[in-house]
Amino acid sequence: MSLFDKYDQVNARHDRLLAAGRDPFNICMDRIVSATEAVIDGRDVILVGTNNYLGLTFDSDCIEATVEAIRREGTGTTGSRIANGTYSSHRALEQDIASFLGRRSAMVFPTGYQANLGVIAGLAGPKDIILLDSDSHASIYDGCRLSGATLIRFRHNAPADLDKRLERLKDDTSSKLIIVEGIYSILGDQAPLDEFVDVKRRHGVELLVDEAHSLGVFGDKGRGIAEAYEVEDDVDYVVGTFSKSLGAVGGFGASNNPEFDQLRFTSRPYMFTASSSPASIATAMATLKKIETQPGLRKQLWANAEALYKGLSDLGFTICSAASPIIAVRLPDEESAVFMWNALFNAGVYVNLALPPGTPDGSCLLRCSLSAAHTPAQVQRVCAVFEEAHRALKDWRDAQSAAE
Amino acid sequence: MQWTADKVQEEVIKLLQPFNPKGIEITPETDLSADLFMDSVAAMNLVMEVEDRFEIDIPISLLPDVNTLQDLIDVVLAQLSKG
Repeated sequence: MSLFDKYDQVNARHDRLLAAGRDPFNICMDRIVSATEAVIDGRDVILVGTNNYLGLTFDSDCIEATVEAIRREGTGTTGSRIANGTYSSHRALEQDIASFLGRRSAMVFPTGYQANLGVIAGLAGPKDIILLDSDSHASIYDGCRLSGATLIRFRHNAPADLDKRLERLKDDTSSKLIIVEGIYSILGDQAPLDEFVDVKRRHGVELLVDEAHSLGVFGDKGRGIAEAYEVEDDVDYVVGTFSKSLGAVGGFGASNNPEFDQLRFTSRPYMFTASSSPASIATAMATLKKIETQPGLRKQLWANAEALYKGLSDLGFTICSAASPIIAVRLPDEESAVFMWNALFNAGVYVNLALPPGTPDGSCLLRCSLSAAHTPAQVQRVCAVFEEAHRALKDWRDAQSAAE
Repeated sequence: MQWTADKVQEEVIKLLQPFNPKGIEITPETDLSADLFMDSVAAMNLVMEVEDRFEIDIPISLLPDVNTLQDLIDVVLAQLSKG
């Protein structure tokens, strides 16, 4: 009995993938050229599978601010927020985030994954009940597990199912927390947040919304799905990340609840970890400012998203959700998805490959994500490559059938 | 509806049929993931169907101990007795 026996099935799946081409889950960027281009295995590739929605990772103002912060404050804090790891810049960023979201207080974590661990396991405990959307990200599931709370899943994006379950629990006096995301990372589908808010109001339960993929992307001011649905006042806790629109590493939780700051001395993932580096803090401050002062970035992102959506739909591809910066193309089976992924890559287009059991509905997907930094020429090229790859897939399938 | 163990078993077997393309005979000893080739997405959908059918909630923490049909029946009966 080895510790690694438990991975036998996973290894078998992985071996099958490797037999079909390169390993899609072990891609290395030999050189990252820009927010939308890289060199991989000596090949120039257009990146259509990052979360760099506003393309700010190579913005010169943001880079300068980050370099300046490293020069001023050093490469790392070497301490936790409850010891020597709180700098004035940590507090300043927290204030910026709180004021951007119109909340009383915000807490910053070293990663977005950790923000979910820290906020969820800080808010909920073994005597509480969490009701979470079944398609929640791994970081939400892990935060929920860490909390020790009773965890009940409701059907994805189904406020009626949540309502039914809360009704069943109405005689249970435990504190409850509902968790949903703004836009879901794989399929790009949005939560009907107005309907979830109706449910939470009727049952008098608090709501946490993870706006990881929606901050900077949705809402007139880029505050996310809650802003877009005009229900910000009903979202008790917001969690977000720096690693998508904000182009950095880190995450946050924010709330109007005056008790929220208690998490600073009760949340283990906040307390027992090194605080964010001066570089991460400075980048997030600079990119947050860009979100506030350059709404044109969001417009460009959506223009690119609509263009790719139209291009791929016109070519006959099945796209899982309405147009958004996340465009998930459904393929009929795993072999086709893997073939297409390799064909796209060999022609210089990188997208994410999502396969069961990693996909919420068991489908095989090529997940594309857009950036404000993509040019119209790049979007056209991506469509052209999809078309060629699809033709190659058809030829390959025909050859297989002929051989049988 | 007063659910007896036998009735619960009968209903759960019905709910398992969509996950049983090979049409094997399902008994209390049937291993849900090994004998019925259920992956985690299918397992989650099955749990949701069971919750709907019996109007119960099954906390996720109970699921790692559910390997066989009997395990699932036991969890359903436990949750029914709470309500």
